[in-house]
Amino acid sequence: MPRNGLLIQHDWCTGCHACEVACKQEHNFSEGMVGIKVDEVVSTGPDKVYVDFMPYTTRFCDLCTDRTKLGEQPACVKHCQASCITYGTVSELAKLMEKQPLSSIFAPK
Amino acid sequence: MAKSKENKVISTLWSAGCGSHGGCGCEIFVQDGKVTRVEGDKNHPFNQGRLCAKGLAIPQYMYHPDRVIHPLKRVGERGEGKWQRITWNEAYDTIEKRFKDIRTKYGAESVIFCQGTGRDIGGPITFLMYAYGSPNWVQVGLAGHACYTPRLGAMFATQGHYSVLDASQMLEKRYDSPEWKPPKYIIIWAQNPAAGCHDGFFGHWIIDCMKRGSKLITIDPRSTWFTTRSEVHLQNRPGTDGAIALGMLNVIINEGIYDKQFVEKWCYGFDELKERVQEYTPEKVEKITWVPKELLIKAARLYAKNKPSAIQWGEPVDAMPAGSVVAQAINQLWAITGNIDNPGGNVIARNSHGVTTYPFSSAELTKLYGAELVKKLNEKRIGANDYPMIKNFRGWVQPDVLINQMETGKPYPVKGAWIQTSNIIGGQAADPRRHYNAMKKLDFIVCVDLFQNPTSMALADIFLPACTICEKESFRSWWQPLGVSVKAVDGVGEAKSDWEINLEMAKRLATNPIKYNTVRELIDDRLKDGNTNFEKLKAKGCWEYPPEGHNTRPYYRYEKGLLRADGKPGFETPTGKIELYSKKYEEWGLDPLPYYEEPKESPVASPDLAKKYPLILTTGRRSPVFFHSEHRMIPWLRELDPFPVVEINDKTAEKLGIGNGDWVYIENTRGRVKFKAKVTPTAHPEVVTAPHGWWLPETDGRSPNFFNTWDHNINNLTSMGNQAKSGFGGTNYRSSLCRVVKMEGGKE
Ligand code: SF4
Ligand code: SF4
Ligand code: SF4
Repeated sequence: MPRNGLLIQHDWCTGCHACEVACKQEHNFSEGMVGIKVDEVVSTGPDKVYVDFMPYTTRFCDLCTDRTKLGEQPACVKHCQASCITYGTVSELAKLMEKQPLSSIFAPK
Repeated sequence: MAKSKENKVISTLWSAGCGSHGGCGCEIFVQDGKVTRVEGDKNHPFNQGRLCAKGLAIPQYMYHPDRVIHPLKRVGERGEGKWQRITWNEAYDTIEKRFKDIRTKYGAESVIFCQGTGRDIGGPITFLMYAYGSPNWVQVGLAGHACYTPRLGAMFATQGHYSVLDASQMLEKRYDSPEWKPPKYIIIWAQNPAAGCHDGFFGHWIIDCMKRGSKLITIDPRSTWFTTRSEVHLQNRPGTDGAIALGMLNVIINEGIYDKQFVEKWCYGFDELKERVQEYTPEKVEKITWVPKELLIKAARLYAKNKPSAIQWGEPVDAMPAGSVVAQAINQLWAITGNIDNPGGNVIARNSHGVTTYPFSSAELTKLYGAELVKKLNEKRIGANDYPMIKNFRGWVQPDVLINQMETGKPYPVKGAWIQTSNIIGGQAADPRRHYNAMKKLDFIVCVDLFQNPTSMALADIFLPACTICEKESFRSWWQPLGVSVKAVDGVGEAKSDWEINLEMAKRLATNPIKYNTVRELIDDRLKDGNTNFEKLKAKGCWEYPPEGHNTRPYYRYEKGLLRADGKPGFETPTGKIELYSKKYEEWGLDPLPYYEEPKESPVASPDLAKKYPLILTTGRRSPVFFHSEHRMIPWLRELDPFPVVEINDKTAEKLGIGNGDWVYIENTRGRVKFKAKVTPTAHPEVVTAPHGWWLPETDGRSPNFFNTWDHNINNLTSMGNQAKSGFGGTNYRSSLCRVVKMEGGKE
């Protein structure tokens, strides 16, 4: 079985937290548990302060197997308001990544 | 998880539940009469499958253990927190009797009808209010009525209709519509679009446009995700946005880079505007705003020379010292560059199919309730006679006048309040303690809401439980598309919809018989303007765009005679043109041309005060997981934004001995509140920003604590009575002075 994962183009991530709540709703996670988290990353350049967000999966991400089995997108992928998360096999995602700057692949399982 | 047994209901979101100004298509999953999940509807053009954090947390909101699901009556003193469950009949009977008594003794105008901005409230609250006979529709304490109304009023006066950034939302094929183009430049003016769906605009449409090539110019005192991605960031002093608009007009006009043909043909008063803006040179604007003149000039040129381009503006515009004047100047920017009702510009936005859900203007109120009634009611509407713009544009009370009237009883006393969707003292009201003191003296107060909050705890005599969007039928025509919300499950407990409650109360209180037996009849009657009805829309997936050629569909309607009531080409203004020199403002006793006004309290206007309070405070910073004062009790959301946080620049904090995460006092002449410091270079060294609407539902709700609202509501530092000449704007929500002090033992 090929390994599946998430390709996240974090340059588009606005820090809206929809992915986190989508994941919590899907799994009915209690406090402290979630499959994806988003951190603010602030960096100071020579003439400007930059604000970015960095989403990353955690140990609780099961890639929404209950959903993907039925042919549906993972909850975070479907609801990401910036449409910046893609689900697929790691090799497909790696191909996509060739063309996508500022992105990362997570293979949580 | 036996997902196969779930039933899926397609609907349209509008609060309660997600809070919000609504519009997302959703799939509501139901199992055994309970909502198990809410997801986005991929087939809905508004959100195309996405939802924000608040929408996704709806099930937790619906079944929260603290939700009030039965009618309650107060049994102890006001604020004591002693409630008794009663039946709907007892609640209705009590309210009927008390409201009728007040009407007989003091007149119907002595009851005020108070809303916030959640739910589908504008329709039901006006319906009940006019049936009862009161003219007093109000957002209590919303100083200068600083929320969208000043912008709407300015657009109404200038161009006859409203307009919004065109992200293809007026067309069902959205980004694939052949007639649409992305804006080349988007000016994000004083807003964080990522935080939700302000004014019915799904914020992430900006990101969709960016992916299709739109570049950004951002006007914001903070550094943000958007400023990071902007070609130009105008980091201005809070409260000075009017000067920026005038400076950009100066550059665009003097450099001759406006759309000459458009101005010649479709604008009135260009020469007068040209003369007026001469004094706002980039040098002068730099002095006022902190924005280097080179950046101002660059922004003006990029916007004017790249057509189509569009402006997305936020609520701070309304709160400026002269709110409706700043809005007028910004409106003139898209007017003189011809960026109106063109693809990728500021497209004219009308209620879909001509259906009115939420009567924004006096014209719509007249359409729904008749000219005679509206005219008669206007005679006693609080503040209407002091402010012609308020009287003639919209059916609201002027809130700064109201608080005086509640205190003095002049010219007539206020005796009762119907509060629906509004947390006055924990939410929008400036100087909440003053409002608490005035309102606790009223004879009788009803709150219609879903959770106890500082206002209902402090003031309510009767609490009526309202329901979420998944438990009710409703309709929505706020711009596009026309939509309906479907009842997926029955009201939790005994909760009812605002429409149901208000229709029942209206039947009991009306002086003329109500023609509707059911809410469905009312909805279908209102949908007649769109040649449709609830069932038809539901069968289509809950939404519909108007047909080709309809006057609520773009583009270039001014050329086609689709904007004016007389069917002639042009705009719905006295001259038929966009009025850069505003005849309406003139008629209302206002300056017909825009000007800059300095905030009353600022390092410039009050330098002595600034010695003691050296930082500029701007409030109302939005969180993507909360809607105003809602949602603090929803675990999935609160976990993401657990504390009231003030953002302060790292170097400034260092000087004050404040570390990241320290608890601090924000203080000014009006009071002090407790916030947690976020020390960050994204804050300007002289500006601190705080979110509004903070209270702690997990703490004691009884008097005097009221869920810690006095400690954490930033509006304790704001005041009433600063309203601009038009009655709209002129508040200190967005610009006042403060100091920040570390609390003893302030580390947590
Ligand atoms: S793929 Fe599913 S489990 Fe993983 S983060 Fe996304 S929503 Fe959570
Ligand atoms: S939903 Fe998308 S844009 Fe929002 S925080 Fe998550 S990854 Fe970022
Ligand atoms: S974007 Fe607005 S309508 Fe959509 S889910 Fe969020 S709050 Fe509700």
